[in-house]
Amino acid sequence: MRHTAITISTATAIAVVLGSLSLSIPSMSQAGSSAVEEGKKIAFDRKKGNCLACHQIEGGSLPGNIGPPLVAMKARFPDKNVLKDQISNPQKNNPNTIMPPFGPHEIMSKNEIDKVVEFIHTL
Amino acid sequence: MKKIAVIFTTLSMLAAPMLSIAASPEQDLKNFRDHYTKLFPNIAMDDFGNGVYAVDKTSRDQWEAFEEFPPYEIYVDKGEALFNKPFKNGKTYASCFPKAKSGIKQNYPYFDKKRNEVITLELAINDCRKKNGEEPLKYKKGPITHLGAYIAYQSRGKKGNVKIDSSAESMKWYNEGKRFFYAKRGQLNMSCADCHYNNPAKKIRANILSTGLGQTTHFPVYRNKWSVADKGGDGMGTLHRRYGGCNKQVRAKPFKAQSREYRALEYFHTYMSNDLPLNGPGIRM
Ligand code: HEC
Ligand code: HEC
Repeated sequence: MRHTAITISTATAIAVVLGSLSLSIPSMSQAGSSAVEEGKKIAFDRKKGNCLACHQIEGGSLPGNIGPPLVAMKARFPDKNVLKDQISNPQKNNPNTIMPPFGPHEIMSKNEIDKVVEFIHTL
Repeated sequence: MKKIAVIFTTLSMLAAPMLSIAASPEQDLKNFRDHYTKLFPNIAMDDFGNGVYAVDKTSRDQWEAFEEFPPYEIYVDKGEALFNKPFKNGKTYASCFPKAKSGIKQNYPYFDKKRNEVITLELAINDCRKKNGEEPLKYKKGPITHLGAYIAYQSRGKKGNVKIDSSAESMKWYNEGKRFFYAKRGQLNMSCADCHYNNPAKKIRANILSTGLGQTTHFPVYRNKWSVADKGGDGMGTLHRRYGGCNKQVRAKPFKAQSREYRALEYFHTYMSNDLPLNGPGIRM
């Protein structure tokens, strides 16, 4: 996270030096939104997250209803790491949960989970 | 992929909560039934044998339309012809199943004390063939489902009558089956109970989950999925074929049809639906 912040300020500084701030800002926000976009794809992919099997998620069709609708995620999970724990290893919260252990069983890679967290946190 | 699935299966077998091996089969049956009647106080006991149709009105309407011209009917007829067709030695299946015409399906599976194992109807069909010098049939689809459809049809309306033998070896089979039902397995780490005990009538994606109670009363079953998408399939499949499908869904390696694992599961699972009227063959999505 901090790493990203440093990159941003460096990029901004360079942009200022180059005098083309207006070019570099859209490219930064594209980087952020592309993680969200990728996360959405992974979350909806039946072979990866397949979150729609159990959760209603805005933008996804034919959701299941075994789990709660994923809404107000920023409010429910002000700390992204708590959200990440829930997605990566839901058994921590509920040992008998039906939600798959995406991290421990390597259903998604660490990188994929990070992207899914980025996406879910926007809901 | 396969390897991972196998590893997780063994691991998660160790942790099966909600499971008291000590309970008697009678107590299990009562608890199992109470669980569903509490969840669905408005569903009549006998209706649980209708699976998804008992819990979802839209599916039920579609099904009732289907039953006007049931797609399994031709297989009941085929099964009857097979049943009566003499083997090379001149005998027929009736030599092994003398009471089939008055209904025997309700008594399967049973524990055979001499052989010390659970005997399912499909196993008994192949035993009969072997005894009469015929090649065994495949266990998941094809002629065995036609014979099964015919035999099931003769038992329509009869109540499930599985007896759990109290011998130690029989109880071992029973408890293995029970553990199978509640144990998480596969890369996705789900048990039969996760879907069919804890979440019946809920939707997993667009599929509505049936109750574990009543899941065995209507096999073999006709499914569109098994006729259209399936090479050489005609729509019909056995209970063990379904078990395999549900194992694959959670990325667990399925066991062989008629393996000890699935026979043990069937012993427990079918006993849990005792006293419900048999209604096979069935139609399911
Ligand atoms: C097979 C069902 C299933 C699947 C698949 C599933 N979940 Fe869940 N999820 C649940 C259930 C059930 C809960 C409720 C808490 C519990 O039992 O663990 C839950 C809870 C959650 C929560 C907490 C919600 C809250 O408001 O407290 C989040 C966030 C979540 N899931 C995200 C995801 C994401 C992201 C995916 C896909 C990568 C996913 N889930 C896949 C069943 C599932
Ligand atoms: C990921 C969820 C899931 C798990 C885990 C699961 N099933 Fe299923 N099962 C389904 C769905 C979906 C269907 C189709 C809808 C229905 O009839 O419930 C189904 C159907 C069935 C049927 C057919 C029901 C009928 O009326 O014909 C049987 C029998 C069955 N499952 C048994 C099992 C057993 C035994 C296990 C464990 C080995 C198991 N299932 C595990 C989702 C699951």
